[in-house]
Amino acid sequence: MTVARENPQQGRDAMGLGLAALNRLAGSKLIDRAGLRKPVEGLVSSATRAGFQAAGTANRTFKATTRLGKPARLEKAPDSGLFDLEPTDEQQMIVETVDEFAAEQLRPTAAQADDKLAPPDGLLDRAAELGVTQIGIPDELGGVGSERSVVTNALVAESLAHGDMGLAVAVLAPSAVSNALVQWGDADQQATYVPAFAGEHVPAAALALQERTPLFDPFAPKTRAKRTPNGYRLDGVKSLVPRGADAELFIVSADLEGRGPALFIVEGATAGVSVEAEPAMGLRSAATTKLVLSDVTLPAGALLGGGSREVFADVVRLSRIGWAALACGTGKAVLDYVIPYVNEREAFGEPISHRQGVAFQVSDIAIELESMRLTMLRAASRAEQGRPYAREVALARKLATDKGMQIGSAGVQLLGGHGYTKEHPVERWYRDLRAIGAVDGIVLL
Amino acid sequence: MINLEIPKKAKALVNQAHQAAAEVFRPNSRKYDRAEHAYPTELDMLASLLDGLNSSGEGGAGASGVRKDDNNEDKGNRNGGNLSTVLGAIEMCWGDVALLLSMPRQGLGNAAIASVANDEQLERFKGKWAAMAITEPSFGSDSAAVSATAELDGDEYIINGEKIFVTAGERADCVVVWATLDKSKGRAAIKSFVVEKGTPGFEVVRLEHKLGIRASDTAVLRFENCRVPKENLLGSPEVDTKTGFAGVMQTFDNTRPMVAAMAVGVARAALEETRRVLEDAGVDIDYDKPANAQSAAAATFLQLEADYEAAYLLTLESAWMADNRKPNSLQASMAKAKAGRSGVDITLRCVELAGAYGYTEESLLEKWSRDAKILDIFEGTQQIQQLIIARRLLGKSSAELK
Repeated sequence: MTVARENPQQGRDAMGLGLAALNRLAGSKLIDRAGLRKPVEGLVSSATRAGFQAAGTANRTFKATTRLGKPARLEKAPDSGLFDLEPTDEQQMIVETVDEFAAEQLRPTAAQADDKLAPPDGLLDRAAELGVTQIGIPDELGGVGSERSVVTNALVAESLAHGDMGLAVAVLAPSAVSNALVQWGDADQQATYVPAFAGEHVPAAALALQERTPLFDPFAPKTRAKRTPNGYRLDGVKSLVPRGADAELFIVSADLEGRGPALFIVEGATAGVSVEAEPAMGLRSAATTKLVLSDVTLPAGALLGGGSREVFADVVRLSRIGWAALACGTGKAVLDYVIPYVNEREAFGEPISHRQGVAFQVSDIAIELESMRLTMLRAASRAEQGRPYAREVALARKLATDKGMQIGSAGVQLLGGHGYTKEHPVERWYRDLRAIGAVDGIVLL
Repeated sequence: MINLEIPKKAKALVNQAHQAAAEVFRPNSRKYDRAEHAYPTELDMLASLLDGLNSSGEGGAGASGVRKDDNNEDKGNRNGGNLSTVLGAIEMCWGDVALLLSMPRQGLGNAAIASVANDEQLERFKGKWAAMAITEPSFGSDSAAVSATAELDGDEYIINGEKIFVTAGERADCVVVWATLDKSKGRAAIKSFVVEKGTPGFEVVRLEHKLGIRASDTAVLRFENCRVPKENLLGSPEVDTKTGFAGVMQTFDNTRPMVAAMAVGVARAALEETRRVLEDAGVDIDYDKPANAQSAAAATFLQLEADYEAAYLLTLESAWMADNRKPNSLQASMAKAKAGRSGVDITLRCVELAGAYGYTEESLLEKWSRDAKILDIFEGTQQIQQLIIARRLLGKSSAELK
């Protein structure tokens, strides 16, 4: 059996070989019969389009406009000194607006976007109009922010993910880049890149930390950065980069000459940058791609945050709070969906919600959802107040990973066979929720 | 403004409770686990300290209950007695759950009195240690099935019946007894009565031998033609089918966060000890490195600590809601359910992580995992909490969702 493990081909007997051949044949016929050819072709074409576009992206040149004497930073949020779960009036207003946007713009388009592997036309511009990106940008740089707003960002992420997690990721991806530039960019980097994010047409941009390695640790990236006389050279492949095909700007992590992870600003038009479509189990409307960096030459000014490990740790942690917030939003979507379903669906002459086996699953969803939410909010509030928050982030991420998936699974289970079909969104939420804990980066609050 | 840190003013109280837990509870923990039914005399001096804390209005370690002060104008966010109380209880139970349950004048009966008594009663029972007697041999979770009776005879009620699982039933000065005024009128006729120790007809039958919380005595009580003044009925004597039972059930909104706090305290004790043991064995917990890229023991620890964190925050949430006069039945049940089951899971898995050491009596880990189990049972089992939560979310009555 050791032989078979080393080489599966040798473990196949005659029947196995026959089945494998039949499978390939049947597979291609099935494609024609079921009319699946088109989506597959679409996938192939989006891959070539993506590869082409990123190699030649140049429709926007990032140029420093007004350079500030020193970088603009957001102040840390004040500490009221009291335990409080009530959002501020301003946060309440923002949440209501985003809730409405998510219900009207994300939820109704989510199934199709998931199918087409892309957000609907115009959606991201409409999201930009909401100001999702602007609240994290200080007014000196053209935004509307005045202080760190990790909690507000978390509430926004949660509301968006209640509409759809994949589209929420597509909407939030640019703000991951602008938030990082605001927090850690120097005056030149801010002047060059941030104003574009405060404008009407927010550039597609992505924070690329994730790699395909099993047990991937973002603190030990395989992507390499070497110092050159004029800057840096990057080599490596990043995984699950949202809207990579359209992205004009990336922040990429790479190991800097064996000294640990560092962050680099990479413009989409740089030679050696290419992307390939990388559709996954979920987050499909975020149009995930591989980002291939081969011999990418960067100027010295491309290093973000001076290569500091503390900065990198903050990036990873603030990203994880984002995923925990997304899990809360989608978890809430599951709860809100199953409650009327189990009350209306009847079996054995009464609503299935009259059975403890069903009702207790609903209780568990609610208990764990509230657990996830409070844990996530504690991490977010500590982050914006400038308190140590590594522990709280780790715990929020763990709960979001385990309980988020438990909620996703219960959502499908409670609808039974119907939950397994595309007639209901629970199967999509199941797929999306599996991303939690499996990916780092992408969003950053 | 969203902030989940405890207020500065609570830190002094938390520190005091922690000192008491570390210096008085912990050193006596094993002693009274072995000497079941022996009175922990060391607690008397601590009790007076807690009396001081309770009367300061800042909450103590258990029994301040909830008084909804209607005269108070809305002054925005409050961090009051309920929050302080659960914070104190967490620290004390980090020391020892059973010893907190044995603290004079900190009984669940005190919480009931504090929550539903009128001002006259509050004054009259001030300084008394009150136990709570609900359960009977024939029922547990179904508290509407009370069969003990209370019959008005002149200025007195005559109480008859048997009560089991009465925490501090032998040591307390008085017992809050649930009895029905008229069995045919259902739950609305169930009222609670304060019966003082030494009242003729009130007898402690025996004490239970238990899996855990052995330092806390659990009594079987019998009432035979036991006469109490009619002023000892807590709340209204009217049998109102609309709100009747809600009065006594209201107590639970206040005691459930307390029991959740107890579970949080034990769970924290077990996690701290397990972390120490693991670090001695060379296992460090890294909060940045993905759990699956660490050792299995570290990954397990992270998972347990995450459940702990959730239970802790749910407990604070339910107490904070009470402080701010927001209805908190749902959150109290969620806190109790999450903390109850996590307390059991965490303490048991800590024994597993610590191995033979954790299983022996040389460590308190085995004791904590025995103590924790009751916290998922009393003041409403896990299953009862699930029912309450589900009925509320699904909009179902107890007749529909049984």
